[in-house]
Amino acid sequence: MTELFKDLFRKPQKYITVRADTMAQDKGTLWIKCPECGEILYVRELEKNLEVCRKCNHHFRLSAPERLSITLDEDSFQEWDADLEAIDPLSFPEYQGKLSTAQEATGLHDAILTGEGRILGWPVMVGVLEPHFIMGSMGSVVGEKITRLVMGAIQKKLPLLLFSASGGARMQEGVFSLMQMAKTSAAIAKLNEAGILYVSVLTDPTTGGVTSSFAALGDVIIAEPGALIGFAGRRVTEQTLNEKLPPDFQTAEFCLKHGLIDLVVPRQQMQAVLAHILLLHSGSQPDISVNS
Amino acid sequence: MLLDFEKPLVELENRISELKNYTGEKGIDLGVEIESLEKRSLDLKKEIYQNLTPWQRTQLARHVERPNTLDYIKMLFTDWLPLSGDRLFGDDPAIVGGIGKFEGRPVTVIGQVKGHNTKENLARNFGMTHPEGFRKCWRLAQQAAKFHRPVLSFIDTPGAYSGIDAEERGQAWAIANNLYAFARLKTPLIAVITGEGGSGGALALGVGDALLMMENAVFSVISPEGCAAILWKDASRASQAAEALKMTASELLRLGLIDGVVPEPLGGAHRDPQGAAVNLRQELRQILQALQQIDPDTLVELRWKRIRGIGEPK
Ligand SMILES: [Zn+2]
Repeated sequence: MTELFKDLFRKPQKYITVRADTMAQDKGTLWIKCPECGEILYVRELEKNLEVCRKCNHHFRLSAPERLSITLDEDSFQEWDADLEAIDPLSFPEYQGKLSTAQEATGLHDAILTGEGRILGWPVMVGVLEPHFIMGSMGSVVGEKITRLVMGAIQKKLPLLLFSASGGARMQEGVFSLMQMAKTSAAIAKLNEAGILYVSVLTDPTTGGVTSSFAALGDVIIAEPGALIGFAGRRVTEQTLNEKLPPDFQTAEFCLKHGLIDLVVPRQQMQAVLAHILLLHSGSQPDISVNS
Repeated sequence: MLLDFEKPLVELENRISELKNYTGEKGIDLGVEIESLEKRSLDLKKEIYQNLTPWQRTQLARHVERPNTLDYIKMLFTDWLPLSGDRLFGDDPAIVGGIGKFEGRPVTVIGQVKGHNTKENLARNFGMTHPEGFRKCWRLAQQAAKFHRPVLSFIDTPGAYSGIDAEERGQAWAIANNLYAFARLKTPLIAVITGEGGSGGALALGVGDALLMMENAVFSVISPEGCAAILWKDASRASQAAEALKMTASELLRLGLIDGVVPEPLGGAHRDPQGAAVNLRQELRQILQALQQIDPDTLVELRWKRIRGIGEPK
């Protein structure tokens, strides 16, 4: 499973063409319907447009490898802790099966990829949650990999960049999952004491225990347009209140309006904005010789 | 409120008090009968409360007559001074905070409050914390650190409130800030889950140097009903979910996720709040004494090591 993924990075492509949400469908799918505006989109063209609908600007969800591929300089990614795997600490019903299915579907061991890379020459420690792996949920492996990444950022004095896409804490690991919220937040506290930059990027969807821990703690918090971002799931809130919710509720734009995030940045500009932030937090120019 | 599994015991207890009344009124000596019923009652009590299933414990943890944070404050602290507000938006009635003396020494107390009846629960939002409540906790904890005053937090909530206003005011941000800030706060922090420890809303008061649970308290990432609805599309299988989630104090202690279990009197804290408070006082006294020996910088590093180690692969 990880072999598939390693291959993707051994021969880096400009854009990885395996799409997790279409993989399950016919491999030969050429057209896809935009869930937002209904426009029929040519898959090849959608990929070229970084998976953004050209008609309505809907941002499709990206797999973690896709996200790395459009964010980092080619060949620059070195993965960390690739082999960490969940141990099912509660012997929870159906969890082992869920894990294997998710591993097979995504080619990842768990719901996150972490490592070192470069953005337009700037070195960063980067982590990306995989929304297609049990909803990007945070269990012990996700918490541990983020914590190790943060410790690495402190040690190497490199900026930290985390892309979130998660349904929250992983139910199947019970309080172990819950405690990862405390662990990752405490790690960010140590990062701040060391004076290291942390940029948090919230993508669709970022909810629950991930929003309520490391994702909310960035020095700069960015979101992709239209991304669902919040604490409770929409359905839970609707049930609690017993009323319909406003259409912009818990979107990136809603969070911006309420002062919870700094910027809403379209995917096409994300790399440039990240490089801009890195520039403003660095005393020197990046080593552009590695830039292809 | 009477739970199903408590019914036989309560019936027996009613019978005993009837007989006692009868003895008093008619002057007939029923001592032998009463004695044998009292013995049966004690046996039944042991049988029921020493063999509780996780779901039964969940029901006890949510019992409306269970001592709430205000009751514990009355039983454990003297010279109580309530403090209000987050200095940003408002005062959350689901959170109480203040300063009191514990065994003669000032401590800061923060806690979630559920009501003992519907009216109280409506006033307290059923113990569901708003962002301003979490921020009130943070403000009082910071204030405590300024005076090197220990912070004791009492956790009892179904979860953080989920509503439009809570989202607008950054519910997730308020929780994250507490997790982040409590991790480095330079004063002893002890948290006790007294009843229901509902997910992130409970954890937001739970980061510290020691996390305790009352014997019949529960702590979980999701309610058993919610878990059953997701797993089996059937909320009525909550008792099965309660087992799967390993949410009782004894199971969480065994898994190394909490630091101690405070025994409750036989029959549960709701039948003997004073007895529960006595046990809690003893536990808090010991832990506070130990934590006060440690200098603040070492304390914060020990706290980090403890949190860091949770869920670390072997
Ligand atoms: Zn569209």
